[in-house]
Amino acid sequence: MAALRKSPETEADGGSTTLGEEARVIDLASSSVRELNAELHSPTARRYRVLSPRGTHAVAVGIDDDLDVHVEGDVGYYCGGMNQRGRIVVDGMAGPGLGENMMSGSIRVRGDASQSAGATARGGLLVVEGKTSMRCGISMKGVDIVVGGDVGPMSAFMAQAGRLVVCGDAADGLGDSIYEARIYVRGKVGELGADCIEKELRDEHRAELVELLTAAGMTDVAEDAGALGEFRRYGSARTLYHFTSEHAGSY
Amino acid sequence: MTSPAERGLRESATFDRATIAGIQHAAEHGVYDIRGWGAKRAVPHFDDLLFLGASMSRYPLEGYRERCDTDVVLGDRHAQQPLHLATPVTIAGMSFGALSAQAKESLGRGASEVGTSTTTGDGGMTEEERGHSKTLVYQILPSRYGMNPDHLRAADAIEVVLGQGAKPGGGGMLLGQKISERVAEMRTLPAGIDQRSACRHPDWTGPDDLAIKILELREITDWQKPIYVKVGATRTYYDVKLAVAVGADVIVVDGMQGGTAATQEVFIENVGIPTLAAIPQAVQALSELGMHRKVQLIVSGGVRTGADVAKAMALGADAVAIGTGALVALGDNHPRYAAEYEKIGSAAGFYDDFQDGRDPAGITTQDPELAARLDPVEGGRRIANYLRVLTLEAQTIARACGKAHLQHLEPEDLVALTIEASAMARVPLAGTDWIPGRSGF
Ligand SMILES: Cc1cc2nc3c(=O)[nH]c(=O)nc-3n(C[C@H](O)[C@H](O)[C@H](O)COP(=O)(O)O)c2cc1C
Repeated sequence: MAALRKSPETEADGGSTTLGEEARVIDLASSSVRELNAELHSPTARRYRVLSPRGTHAVAVGIDDDLDVHVEGDVGYYCGGMNQRGRIVVDGMAGPGLGENMMSGSIRVRGDASQSAGATARGGLLVVEGKTSMRCGISMKGVDIVVGGDVGPMSAFMAQAGRLVVCGDAADGLGDSIYEARIYVRGKVGELGADCIEKELRDEHRAELVELLTAAGMTDVAEDAGALGEFRRYGSARTLYHFTSEHAGSY
Repeated sequence: MTSPAERGLRESATFDRATIAGIQHAAEHGVYDIRGWGAKRAVPHFDDLLFLGASMSRYPLEGYRERCDTDVVLGDRHAQQPLHLATPVTIAGMSFGALSAQAKESLGRGASEVGTSTTTGDGGMTEEERGHSKTLVYQILPSRYGMNPDHLRAADAIEVVLGQGAKPGGGGMLLGQKISERVAEMRTLPAGIDQRSACRHPDWTGPDDLAIKILELREITDWQKPIYVKVGATRTYYDVKLAVAVGADVIVVDGMQGGTAATQEVFIENVGIPTLAAIPQAVQALSELGMHRKVQLIVSGGVRTGADVAKAMALGADAVAIGTGALVALGDNHPRYAAEYEKIGSAAGFYDDFQDGRDPAGITTQDPELAARLDPVEGGRRIANYLRVLTLEAQTIARACGKAHLQHLEPEDLVALTIEASAMARVPLAGTDWIPGRSGF
């Protein structure tokens, strides 16, 4: 792996992340994504910097280790897919399927994310500091997702479990056919999806919201009572849990 | 008492008794019928084909003496660890949830005994299943229930499911009766609810996306495992071409007769094309791309006997998969449960309510008492027996056609009994050299 090299600490940190000494550098201008993922699956370091991703697909997928991976640039589809325990930061934009089926660990994208961010993810924390396109949190199964900006249409479609926090607006179809996931939105919400309703936001929910925002590093919002007061909670009316023809229009 | 027919009464072909019952059911309940099994209507099938055994112009092989090999390698296009199965008859994907844990274990035991693979289903991988299946194919379905990278890595191959023959274009459904605590937990859903699963994958849409999805799966599993793509038979020629283009190692084509655990009757009977019509389309697509036998073709949907296995392979399949036949081998629809089938409004030989969880044979149920009726060791023995018989039957036919390997069977060994079968299977009508649509009119 010719392009693997050690990087001194001074070079390591693209901003506020915690990359320490001995971050290994993998430059995708000269290494393949295969070499990158092979290294991450049998790691010889704890910290990695990934340079020049230039929209490459499947960056840092299938991590099953306690690793810090700092990607310096935009990534294509499925970055961080099925992540377990890894802590991935993308200093750029992310394509579709960001963190799909993540199990644990964390993924943070400093820019925007495309469609299906956090699709079917079962655990861990996914933070998108910018906005996401449609179907954010589709079929989510336990992950926590915090989005700094807006989410596109049909977000949290068939969301089964976990929590989605949207600091901006949510487009039409939010929570369509939702099961037991909980959604918090600060901004405007378009037409709600089938079986999704607004629910009372009680103290325990406010506490949960503060916890999620804090975990996501959005302390300015978490500590601002006024901002917190603007959030509303959405979840399942549970009217589609049993199949009847009276609901034919909703299926 | 004399039968209605003997009394000169005439039943309508258009409004036959099943149709009348269907209308009355709809009027009564306001819901469509959901059931298991596969299409029950008659469609052109393997029964409409016959083999031309060897005689003067061809040389047969000595039965029981001369070798007729049956092994098959699946997935050597890109995967570093392709599967090498002893028989081309594999067990199709059927979910834990649809099937009891005992049934899944039986399938694993039987398949492992004869050296073939089993497949998970919509609901994830259970430990019993992994433990008892020497070779296990892990399905990735739109619902992604129980999807887990550890299971992906523990699997021997990965099957991306786009559709099933029983319901191409349809999602899944598991009714509340079958959502036990364990099933619910595996799927991250509340117990007892009617669970719907999506018909489209959550993180990709067209073939361009799927190519990237497959790349991701290969990256996650370090390019070790074969990746299958399963489609329900519809526009098979184009689907197979696209499946090759997206990078599949193996393509599974499931015809409209293929079984299901729970699908709307209207869907089962009216969507998709027969297995017989799908195989030549798939083979044509592969051949045109120079990929026949390089990307392997697994065919399913109505495979019951070794003759069916041999016919599918003669038409160009590399292997077959069985669902319903395996359940029948386990005791589904067995006459010994006749009285119990009657009690739940069905009859031995007609039972198809796989969705409602009251299966007297303990196969399509999550009821612990019913499931306990199926002993996985005995079940495994029955599956192994059935798989061996299928293989032996196929070998018998192949030897008669002079073939030292099942894969040497070819379309030239076949003729069709009907014009429809001849047109679909693209083999001549028996006793003629005529293939409708191919050789003149
Ligand atoms: C009880 C049952 C459950 C099934 N579950 C699945 C499934 O989870 N995923 C899938 O791709 N196909 C599923 N199938 C379809 C089979 O994989 C296979 O395509 C079909 O059964 C083959 O046709 P046959 O039943 O005529 O052999 C199921 C079939 C049955 C009978």
